[in-house]
Amino acid sequence: MASATFSIWRGTAEQGKFFNYTTEISEGMVVLDAVHKIQAEQANDLAVRWNCKAGKCGSCSAEINGMPRLMCMTRLNQLPLERPVTIEPMKSFPLIKDLVTDVSWNFRVKKQIKQFKPRPPDVPDGSWRMQQEDVDRVQEFRKCIECFLCQDVCHVLREHHKHEEFIGPRFFVYVAALEMHPLDMENRVEELAKAKGIGYCNITKCCTKVCPESITITDNAIIPLKERVVDEFYDPIKRLFRRLRR
Amino acid sequence: MAQAAASTKRGLGTTERRDLWWVEPLAVGLGLLGFITYATWAAFQGNHYSFGPYISPFYSPEVFGDSQHSWFGPVPAWWPAFLPFSPALLILWAPGGFRLTCYYYRGSYYKALWADPPACAVGEPRGGYRGERSFPLIIQNVHRYFLYLAVLFLFFLAYDVWKALWFTDAAGAVHFGIGVGTIVLAVNVILLGSYALGCHSMRHLIGGRHDELKNAIFGRNCYNCVTVLNRNHMRWAWFSLFWVAFSDVYVRLCSMGVWTDWRII
Ligand code: SF4
Ligand code: SF4
Ligand code: FES
Ligand code: FES
Repeated sequence: MASATFSIWRGTAEQGKFFNYTTEISEGMVVLDAVHKIQAEQANDLAVRWNCKAGKCGSCSAEINGMPRLMCMTRLNQLPLERPVTIEPMKSFPLIKDLVTDVSWNFRVKKQIKQFKPRPPDVPDGSWRMQQEDVDRVQEFRKCIECFLCQDVCHVLREHHKHEEFIGPRFFVYVAALEMHPLDMENRVEELAKAKGIGYCNITKCCTKVCPESITITDNAIIPLKERVVDEFYDPIKRLFRRLRR
Repeated sequence: MAQAAASTKRGLGTTERRDLWWVEPLAVGLGLLGFITYATWAAFQGNHYSFGPYISPFYSPEVFGDSQHSWFGPVPAWWPAFLPFSPALLILWAPGGFRLTCYYYRGSYYKALWADPPACAVGEPRGGYRGERSFPLIIQNVHRYFLYLAVLFLFFLAYDVWKALWFTDAAGAVHFGIGVGTIVLAVNVILLGSYALGCHSMRHLIGGRHDELKNAIFGRNCYNCVTVLNRNHMRWAWFSLFWVAFSDVYVRLCSMGVWTDWRII
């Protein structure tokens, strides 16, 4: 049977290093299978978070050969196995142990986003009428599994640690889903420009590249939101018209 | 069980990535610098920009100049002698500014020319970061105004194609015709049109700003067309960049007598 070597980051926020583990591999294995095998046979105390093994729970995010990916969706036959495969925890969040990071910052950020506020029902039975095409536009954003790989790769968080001033691509997707919703009446544009820091995004599209749900984060969520911010704050002619209308 | 280096180090180019992550930013950087170098050189030449009914897109519209395409005749007398003159210098800021502030190009030159980041999940040279939130990059938000100008330029360039269909013979008579140059200029308008009309600001303007597409100014079909172009905005950006430079090369070399313009009709 073939074997492969995995270089896995072990340690805590204070200290840690890579450890190499060689294990047998078989056809169809994914990185998470290999990690589980290593955990069962060689490193019982290896910390790794996972749940569904089907790319749907968003728990098993890590960095494989330097790229943020889901361990359960990365097949070994997609990786060069001549050299050890590196597996590291995400870098934008505090490390708890080994491959497990504390992603609770994301949940705090989400709570601060203004919630869905639908217009009054369209018909007396309390329901609404929407066009399919309008719903289709926001449907893409609802595929998000909250794996936070996009947050991990975004250099504004990863390199520049702007966690206090920037909500990150995951939450621009979330805001886009609400803000572009045909029924929603809330206005989140001002907070996007100010507290949520959309101006920090320099549209380098790394978030789009790593999203396991293939959400076109930058082009379909962030840039349209940036354009709405321009409407509100940076377009002098629009501002003039708004003032005249008032 | 062997041990290796720690994973917390940072700095330019720090990464565990194994693929050739530097190839894309390098190619983009070379492509952009190559274009800028050629366009600057060509703009300062001030000659060989027209040939027969053709005019190079770098020089159109020719506000002042010596060719038959000039709107208001030759260089005005009031033009300061110390300033270099070329018809291209009067107008190139508009398409140049359009590309400079384009969302696609911004993302790609921040990576390729400013290493912010050099590539995804690769370490950066600088710690400080302001993004497009404050001066100077906040100015990028003017993009939509450059889009308005770019659309205007599309009309000028389309008119140049129309003019490129009418050839004057030795006796001074004007005939309909199509030369290779006509096709070069026509392809240029098509590529530039696909690039400019697929702009993100256009997509916003034409309908994206509404939550309900029934409110889009020209209807939802128009929005959908822009979306289709927008999906390949990067490709249109590169094809049109290459072709606009090639169109200048074509007219220039024909005018210099290096290339012969074949007449198809
Ligand atoms: S496009 Fe913006 S949000 Fe996405 S990774 Fe780049 S900087 Fe971050
Ligand atoms: S947008 Fe994509 S990458 Fe980001 S959290 Fe959602 S699924 Fe993960
Ligand atoms: S274990 Fe659920 S996404 Fe990988
Ligand atoms: S976004 Fe590229 S031209 Fe406007």
